[in-house]
Amino acid sequence: MATTETTESTGAEGGHESGVFPPLDATSFPSQLFWLVIFFGALYLLMSRMVLPKLGAILTTRKAQVDGDIARAQALKDETEAAVKHYEKALADAKANANDIARDTKAKVSAQIDGEQSVLDGELAKKIKDAEARVAKAKAKAMESVESIAGESAADIVASLTGGKTTKTAVAKAIAGIKR
Amino acid sequence: MATETVVNDPIHQFRLHNLFDLFSVGGHQISFTNSAFFMGLIVLFITVFLLMAASKAAMVPGRLQSIGEMWYSMIHNMVNNVLGEEGKVFFPLVFSLFSFVLIANMLGMFPYFFTVTSHVIVTASLALFVVGLVVVVGIYKHGLGWFRLFVPHGVPIVILPIISVIEIISFLSRPISLGLRLFGNILAGHIVLKVFAGFVVSMIAAGGIIAVSSVLSLGMAVALTALEFLVAFLQAFVFAILTCVYLNDALHPSH
Repeated sequence: MATTETTESTGAEGGHESGVFPPLDATSFPSQLFWLVIFFGALYLLMSRMVLPKLGAILTTRKAQVDGDIARAQALKDETEAAVKHYEKALADAKANANDIARDTKAKVSAQIDGEQSVLDGELAKKIKDAEARVAKAKAKAMESVESIAGESAADIVASLTGGKTTKTAVAKAIAGIKR
Repeated sequence: MATETVVNDPIHQFRLHNLFDLFSVGGHQISFTNSAFFMGLIVLFITVFLLMAASKAAMVPGRLQSIGEMWYSMIHNMVNNVLGEEGKVFFPLVFSLFSFVLIANMLGMFPYFFTVTSHVIVTASLALFVVGLVVVVGIYKHGLGWFRLFVPHGVPIVILPIISVIEIISFLSRPISLGLRLFGNILAGHIVLKVFAGFVVSMIAAGGIIAVSSVLSLGMAVALTALEFLVAFLQAFVFAILTCVYLNDALHPSH
């Protein structure tokens, strides 16, 4: 193997004879330490100066964006809730208003109706009374006529039956007796 | 025969190959090896992948961007939860540690790829760096009061010395456990995987009934590959979260 030969040819820095376990071969330590310091140092510088700030910036930008979006969504939600509350309040006010108007109108209308009703009732009562009075007068007049007619008829009947004469007063007396 | 050694030798995958020598410091040769090459590849992969993921910066992320964001958010949340607001400074470090270990482990899962984290010097260095940072930051932030970490509140004065000794030992064992856990998991996983895969080849070579039963070995290798992918992620995650927990001691030393 070429590689094995290379190793053995550069045996000056402590050959890798089969007796020495390579990971514990102290002769290779200075070289490894030297390069570890250089490469790990380089890695640290590359990471801290170049790579990590870039990755960190990506994550911070995203976090800021997401937080901003959430805050905006929250603000919009609050706004919506306020609008809904406002609308509900307006609705409740309008309902209360409508109820008031309805009650007032009802009261006004019923008061008017009551007023007109009472006026009408009064008129009607008066008309009825007048009519009753007229009827009573007519009745009394009719009754008087009935009495006089009955008296004349009775005098006639008595005259034709008995042939005698009857006095008006006697007949009237007799009729009043019957009526009683 | 060289080829046969490669097939059957589970240690071969951990060999370092010098690609070119650079210079020598105090008698130690500094060379660019396959390990260094893969470290560079890891850094390149992470950087290019994440830059591509972040390139569009779309408000609604695509697949690539989602992966990048998940990667970022996972470590960001971890640092935030464990360390709090003042732990923000450590986020790039924890992210780099996690990403380095994760991609090292993941690239190691490719055949013929070298696994950087399978060498104890790499994992132990990272672990020592973390615990060293805890001490430095702790003393920088709290002065000598930081050492109250080893003197817990509400412990009777009689057993306090014993508790303190235990606390100090447990603190000192942190770099060892942190580094060895990663190293051991990756090393052992790769060896076992290689052993079972090597069995398949040897058993087929043996022929007959043994060749047929190599299917079992292959199935084992497949199952272990899945397990190793889990381990690759889990160990990177464990390394990152333990780093956070240890750094928390630097920021808030009182129990």
